Amino acid sequence: MPLITASKTQPVYDVIVVGSGAAGGQTAYTLAMEGVKVLMLEAGRNYDPVKETPMFQTTAQAPLRGTSTPDKPFGFYDSTVDGGWQVPGEPYTSASSDPSRQFWWWRARMLGGRTNHWGRISLRNGPYDFKPYSRDGLGFDWPIGYDDVAPYYDKVEMLIGVYGANNGLENTPNSPDGCLLPPPKPRAGELLAQKHAKKLGLPVVAIHRAVLSVKQDADTIPAKLHPKNPTAQRILAESMRARAACFWATDCGRGCSTRANYQSTTVHLPPALATGNLDLLPNAMVREVTMDENGKATGVICVDKITGEERALKARVVVLAASSAESVRILLNSKSPRHPNGVANSSGLVGKYIMDTVGARLGGQIPALENMPVHNEDGAGGNHVYVPWWLYKEQLAGKLGFARGYHIEFGTGRRMPGMGATSGMTDLTNGSYGRKFKEDARRYYGSFVGFAGRGEMIPNDDSFCDLDPVVKDKWGIPVLRFHWKWSDHETKQAAHMQQTFAALIAELGGIIQSKVEADGANAIEPGGKIIHEVGGTIMGTDPKKSVTNQWCQTWDVKNLFVTDGGPFASNADKNPTLTIMALAWRASDYLMAEMKKGNL
Amino acid sequence: MSTPDHPARSRMDRRTALKWIVTAAASLPLLDRAALAATAPAAKAAVGYGTDPDLLKSYKPGDVWALTFTDDQRRTAVTLCDVIIPADAKSPAASTVGVPDFIDEWISAPYPGHDKDRVLVVEGLAWLEAESKQRFGNEFSSLVASQHRAICDDICYLPKAKPEFKRAAQFFTKFRDLTSGGFYSTPEGWKDIGYVGNVAIEKFEGPTPAALKHLGLA
Repeated sequence: MPLITASKTQPVYDVIVVGSGAAGGQTAYTLAMEGVKVLMLEAGRNYDPVKETPMFQTTAQAPLRGTSTPDKPFGFYDSTVDGGWQVPGEPYTSASSDPSRQFWWWRARMLGGRTNHWGRISLRNGPYDFKPYSRDGLGFDWPIGYDDVAPYYDKVEMLIGVYGANNGLENTPNSPDGCLLPPPKPRAGELLAQKHAKKLGLPVVAIHRAVLSVKQDADTIPAKLHPKNPTAQRILAESMRARAACFWATDCGRGCSTRANYQSTTVHLPPALATGNLDLLPNAMVREVTMDENGKATGVICVDKITGEERALKARVVVLAASSAESVRILLNSKSPRHPNGVANSSGLVGKYIMDTVGARLGGQIPALENMPVHNEDGAGGNHVYVPWWLYKEQLAGKLGFARGYHIEFGTGRRMPGMGATSGMTDLTNGSYGRKFKEDARRYYGSFVGFAGRGEMIPNDDSFCDLDPVVKDKWGIPVLRFHWKWSDHETKQAAHMQQTFAALIAELGGIIQSKVEADGANAIEPGGKIIHEVGGTIMGTDPKKSVTNQWCQTWDVKNLFVTDGGPFASNADKNPTLTIMALAWRASDYLMAEMKKGNL
Repeated sequence: MSTPDHPARSRMDRRTALKWIVTAAASLPLLDRAALAATAPAAKAAVGYGTDPDLLKSYKPGDVWALTFTDDQRRTAVTLCDVIIPADAKSPAASTVGVPDFIDEWISAPYPGHDKDRVLVVEGLAWLEAESKQRFGNEFSSLVASQHRAICDDICYLPKAKPEFKRAAQFFTKFRDLTSGGFYSTPEGWKDIGYVGNVAIEKFEGPTPAALKHLGLA
């Protein structure tokens, strides 16, 4: 079973997985490695990072020096294919014309989805993060706790390869021995920030990212991940041996042709395909889940984007892993007389409680970093360190005025110069030009730092999506309409970020490069902008108050699962992808056990 | 609009160029707006590289969309690029590593924002020529270094520019950004500024001892 075309599908599969990113990749991997026959549907084109990644291409070889355009919103070399905030022919709408109440929806129509350009930050949720309501009375508790998910965090870290370190900090779990790869050394600016942040009480520690700082241990990990399954062990070992360690160059957002970082297309899909248990059909845009008269899912209807034809595909179990909002769209579009509000929606909560991450940033220029002796700071193509949330106790005591925390990501270093190489220099140099300008450029290059906060949003009644009553995409499928509102908890958090970054820049002896916003509403990024879209099919213990149970299984339709970020009952400051994969693996184990029992 | 120096470079047709000049002329009293308006037809909109371009290919200005500069504009742009980034002991002048072509690509791009830059640059280059003739009776490219300085010192820093030079200072700021971004993204620019990455290495060792010493962290 391989990459196929629409005419080559089997009459019926064990499981159809809709989507090929972190959730779809992990789900298909877990199932296929254990012998389940899977059909994966991807709405975008096939994509092969080994052949298509522009590894050493320079910005001078790209149009407009690689800067962002509406065609490539994260720059020319960003790996995203046919995606961005807008996808031609596939619109979404906003219920409000007020910019602060709009949601930006990033999609990537390609095999591997958003895992291709992803920042690879892989942080575990901590114990508090699964029980936020119990802690402060806001939002919802998850029906599971950290201990339920921990074994799956272990497995995912071992499978995909995550560098990092254990620091024993509050609500920032350690990984057992053998899970993490060694972190790269901090860069100059990161070290400097580490020294000065201490005075403000900010712990600067190794971040966790899905990049192979060294090769994985292909001799022992496969047996830990697939006990009693020699075939899976052999296939995984081969895949691990084919992945190179990072060679400390090129931005991870371009993808990685040597498979040194995690993307679904280089880590999940090759071994899953090698089992022979996975059929992979690209250009297949799923419109709805089909149902029988007994209330069970029978498969999906999808549009073949090449021919425009609709096709019904059958399976014993359907797993939606299309991104939380796209999965919501499919559920709401699965309307029939028996299911007038879409399937799995007896609670009326499909599409409710969508969340993103709170984001705000501030930049500074640091004189101590000027005229730095020349050295290579490319590193792992992303952060080496970060600041985990450090004010849990003050927050719980009600001293901060907002309920949830954030972590700080750093942008420092002598990065590949492009269009922004000397931006921010004009005011420092009184607009120099000529030989003086060249001297100034040498002096100031690498002396600019940026701090970005990434914080928890509390789910609220004003942030949800439903179907637009009028607008359809080019395939005739009704599109999503987003409703959005930040609460004071988020905007006050963004204001706190601004104060923290300003204090940190001052401590570094630096010059703040933009206005420090006292009103967080002016500092906070628009909803969706951080691309940590979760919620919409939240999990819970009560079928009236949630869409899915703790296994990502819909309450209403027992052979229908949602394994993307949709079931998240909260959105901790920890970037969601690692948790998506851990929950997808956990859900897949349950799915197989239920299938064996004849319950699906 | 002959292009003897660069026969292979795709050029915008005359009508499109004229349309843009008309746009620029809205705030440019030196040109005869009425005469230009009479010759301005509708131009076919250029398109970008799309949402799935070939990322492995090496692109040159003019490969994807047609360029703007006339020979006269180009000559002025070349001179100004080298006033901003002249040759010195460490690296060559901006014009020798393709920066004027890059600026032409930038102002010709069919993406939002670039049309504004196009107006600013085309108008600014015309202003620079007019100013050169008015002050020194010669083309900008024929002026000597002290004459270049006399003009550029008036427009190099927007916050301190006199009111009559504000618009020209906006142009200079934009042109300097484009020249700098164009230059420092080339291998010559990397070498000059001290970027030594984009090479595969076996181990990442962090800052060198010299760098740590510089930071007082050694």
